[in-house]
This record gives sequence, C-alpha cells and structure tokens, in this order.
Amino acid sequence: MNFAVLVFPGSNCDIDCYKAVEDTIGQPVSYVWHTETDLSQYDCIIVPGGFSYGDYLRCGAIAQFAPVMKALKEAAEQGKYVIGICNGFQILLESGLLPGAMLRNQSLKFRCHAAMLQVENTNTPFTSQYKQGELINIPIAHGEGNYYCDETTLQELKANNQIVFRYQAGNNPNGSVDDIAGICNKAGNVLGMMPHPERAVHELLGSADGARMFTSILSTWREKHGAAVNG
Amino acid sequence: MLKATVYVTIKQSVLDPQGNAVQGGLHSMGFSEVGKVRVGKYIEIELNTSDRAEAEQRVKAMCEKLLANTVIEDYRYELA
Repeated sequence: MNFAVLVFPGSNCDIDCYKAVEDTIGQPVSYVWHTETDLSQYDCIIVPGGFSYGDYLRCGAIAQFAPVMKALKEAAEQGKYVIGICNGFQILLESGLLPGAMLRNQSLKFRCHAAMLQVENTNTPFTSQYKQGELINIPIAHGEGNYYCDETTLQELKANNQIVFRYQAGNNPNGSVDDIAGICNKAGNVLGMMPHPERAVHELLGSADGARMFTSILSTWREKHGAAVNG
Repeated sequence: MLKATVYVTIKQSVLDPQGNAVQGGLHSMGFSEVGKVRVGKYIEIELNTSDRAEAEQRVKAMCEKLLANTVIEDYRYELA
C-alpha cells in the first residue's frame, strides 16, 4: 500500500505523518510537493498539519487552489483514502471535500495539549480497529479548530453517520458544533480531524492511541484488495 | 484602473470570538455603551481595467471563490 504525504509551503507535521506511517505499518511513503499534479500511484493521501501558505486570509484558503488539489479531488472521487489532519482538515473544508468551516477557538487561545476523543464511527477505513464509543488520547494543537456547520448540515452529518470523533463530553477545547473533532464524507473514504493521531503512535509520546488509525487503514485496504499479508 | 474595496465579516448567525474579545476589552476600559462588536477583514484590490461591469463580476467571483468563505462569512465590496 502506497502512502503520500502532501507538502505545502508551511506544512510542519509532514515529517511526523511520514514517520507515523513508517513506524506503525512500515508501508512505502513519499512526500509530494504541492505543485505535483499526479497522485495516481498512491492508495492513501495524508494532508498534514501546519500553516499552508502562511494561513494568510483564512486557514487552508489558499492551499485549496494548489496544483496538487485537483489530483487530490480525483483520488477522493476514486475512493482512495484521504486524511486531513489539523491544517489538512481546514484545507479539506475549504476545498469542499468535506462540509463546514473553521472558526477561531472560542477561547481565542491556541490550544496545545492532550485531548480525549470518543470514537463515534468505527465503520470507516481509518477507525476499524477502534471500539465504538472508545475514549482515546490524541493531542491537539490549533488556534482555529472550532468546527462550524449550519443545522441542516449537522443533521445530515448525523443521519449519514459522518461524525467520526467527538471530544469527550465536557472537554471540548475549541467550541466546535456538537463537540465534533473529526468527520468523514458520505462515502467514508475522506476523513478530516483536528487532533493529531500521528503524534500519538508510541507510549514515549504520551499515547499510542493514534497508531491504530494507521493499522486500521492498512488492514481495511488489504481486506478490500485481497492483498497478501506482506503486500 | 479601478480599485475594489472588499469587506469580509463573520455572518450574524455565527459566533465571532474575536468580536466578543474586543467587546470585552472595550467594556473593561469603561466603554459601557458598546453593544455587539464584529471583527472582519478589509481588502484593497487594484484592478487593471476600466470596464466597471466586468470588474464587478470579477470581484464577485474573487469573493465567492477565495476572499470569503460563504459558509461562515458575508462580504460586500465597493468599486472606485
């Protein structure tokens, strides 16, 4: 299984994402510069955190028009796995791959700490190895992670089971609608989340709860493609 | 040459955390008459055209595509 980690000017979690793939599942992974236009050789594309194009105007607003985004949209339509983490989530929202938008954290503070998430949907390629309702410890680091969508969109997200992660009840760090920490598209192959699973892949980092996101991806992909264990 | 002035603000129906912070600041300074405060963006764009109708259309497209996120923001513009 081939992984790509997109790199925009200002991405700063690209190396962590690359290492997380390497260390948790040992699959081939490549950095892909934002000017590239072909993602056809990859099965899973990670849009990492950071401050793409300096986050001028709005987080992710300028990145949505990068050359690589057309290829990313095509990959998403083809059913390939796409994960946007933090700034990557903001980019997926701005580009319309996921519904909603980001507001500044209600506290106006940049929040950087461990956060407890509740896994709400285990029926995605990214969460199959978690238990429904399980609480996992995944760090956050953002100033603009207050997910917002209107009431109609929220009802749609609920009806289609698109809410993948919520912050633990009473511990919402940014004021997001319905405590949302991560959502997927209707088809379930595109995930956006504010917390950083790539920063929680080993007990030495404070938590290994993010590792199962990567093992979930590989095992779901193998099931789907009937790939050999070492494939 | 035309100049477009674009104003982008958070929609009235959406919480504006920056506006609330500024409101709190003004209140604590003693400006007790201050009601709701909204913080937005002000963007000046020089346009290399004299065709007002076309410029208007183009600026609207710029607002819709990039300058405002219409999920959470309203925009208005002036041409001079």
